[in-house]
Amino acid sequence: MKKTALYSAHLDAGGKMVDFGGWEMPLNYGSQIEEHHQVRTDAGMFDVSHMTTVDFIGVDAKAFLQRLIANDVSKLTTSGKALYSCMLNEQGGVIDDLIVYYLDDENYRMVINAGTTEKDIAWINAQVKDFKVRIVPKLDLAMIAVQGPNARAKVFAAMPGVEEVAGELKPFNAASLGGLFVARTGYTGEDGFEMMLPEKSAEFTWKMLLEAGVKPCGLGARDTLRLEAGMSLYGAEMNDEVSPLEAALAWTVDLNNADRRFIGRDALEALKGKGAKKTVVGLVLEGKGVIRNHQKVMTNLGEGEVTSGSFSPTMGKAIALASVPTGAVGGCEIEMRNKQVSAKIVKPPFVRNGKILV
Amino acid sequence: MSEIRDDREYTKTHEWILDNGDGTFTMGITDHAQALLGDMVFVEVPNAGDEAAHEDEFCVVESVKAASGVYAPANLEVVEANDALDDEPELVNSSCYDDGWLVKFKADNIEDLMSAEEYADSLD
Repeated sequence: MKKTALYSAHLDAGGKMVDFGGWEMPLNYGSQIEEHHQVRTDAGMFDVSHMTTVDFIGVDAKAFLQRLIANDVSKLTTSGKALYSCMLNEQGGVIDDLIVYYLDDENYRMVINAGTTEKDIAWINAQVKDFKVRIVPKLDLAMIAVQGPNARAKVFAAMPGVEEVAGELKPFNAASLGGLFVARTGYTGEDGFEMMLPEKSAEFTWKMLLEAGVKPCGLGARDTLRLEAGMSLYGAEMNDEVSPLEAALAWTVDLNNADRRFIGRDALEALKGKGAKKTVVGLVLEGKGVIRNHQKVMTNLGEGEVTSGSFSPTMGKAIALASVPTGAVGGCEIEMRNKQVSAKIVKPPFVRNGKILV
Repeated sequence: MSEIRDDREYTKTHEWILDNGDGTFTMGITDHAQALLGDMVFVEVPNAGDEAAHEDEFCVVESVKAASGVYAPANLEVVEANDALDDEPELVNSSCYDDGWLVKFKADNIEDLMSAEEYADSLD
């Protein structure tokens, strides 16, 4: 199995290591619920080095990304600005969801999922053809996400010099300091940074953050945090056969510029004309139990399926994202362990910045 | 390394059973099982007076990760259930052999139990 540069730091911290798409990663360091609360109330850090950074360098970098992804990078005009997007196949299905950072017109940086890396890079290389752009996967970078209301202050305390370059960053913007790339982004619904850094500096940085009181958090807490924040997970809410229009991700698709013929556009326009039959909504369980992936949901408009189900430590209730018929509202029934349990349909997010919103 | 106590016996399905010496038994899940399941969020226990047949699912322990049925180790009658678990399911994590017990029941004979040593060997 593959290991990140922080593998021994995880063992030192008592990490319970699991196989996560071929990577040996920490599920938790004791209690994933405590780690969850740590991020909602203070600051926690995640090793996300298994994710892949890819640089796009060359005169056609912008034109290529305008073709490659469904959101429009021409929105990005200041250096370090980030954009969330899906990368689609010709049928409009999602190959991956990603973040792209604008550095300059000939230099963009993309972060893609770990489990889809090989597929993504093969796809990207197959699309490049005549575009003058170099695709450069940065496999020697570690990535640490520090998240929580006190995350930024603790990063500044732990890492001298970072406040000078990242202190004024607005959400969804990034800055560089030598080999360190700091983005005010995340996957938890809290403030904080995602930082890329050379692998050889990862362990030192992790230790400095520990010293500053940032607690290590595993993949278990990462999943309940992103679920409460209503954020999609590739492979759960969307995949190669699901369109962003069917996954409540229409906001990430930019159809404004009719001349921008991005891959999958024709399929999306056809689907938009007909109207997508399904969408993704939030569910809050009214009784006891925990909603699990793939459980059946009966709504007022017919059957759906749980795409991400778990327990919300902040709300003390089970919550889920589910794929249901478009327009379904009100109460629904979830089939759980041979019982029908009532839930209500809500609009995510469930929790943002420590506050319950549903 | 998970804790195993030698004052009680164990099932193949990672429950412990303590003979109270008065015809009743106390049952819970082992340290190995709670560690595997992770943070508990709901525990469903039967009511006093409920009867269960051998191998009936009569409790459910549910963690963030998974729901797991607990099966009756014999034909039994529930004498008392641990109602504290309603509000504090995490007792199963923090004190699986003491405050995190699940049920007390009456039964005549429980078969196929392992000693602490046998249970420890089965985990290797």
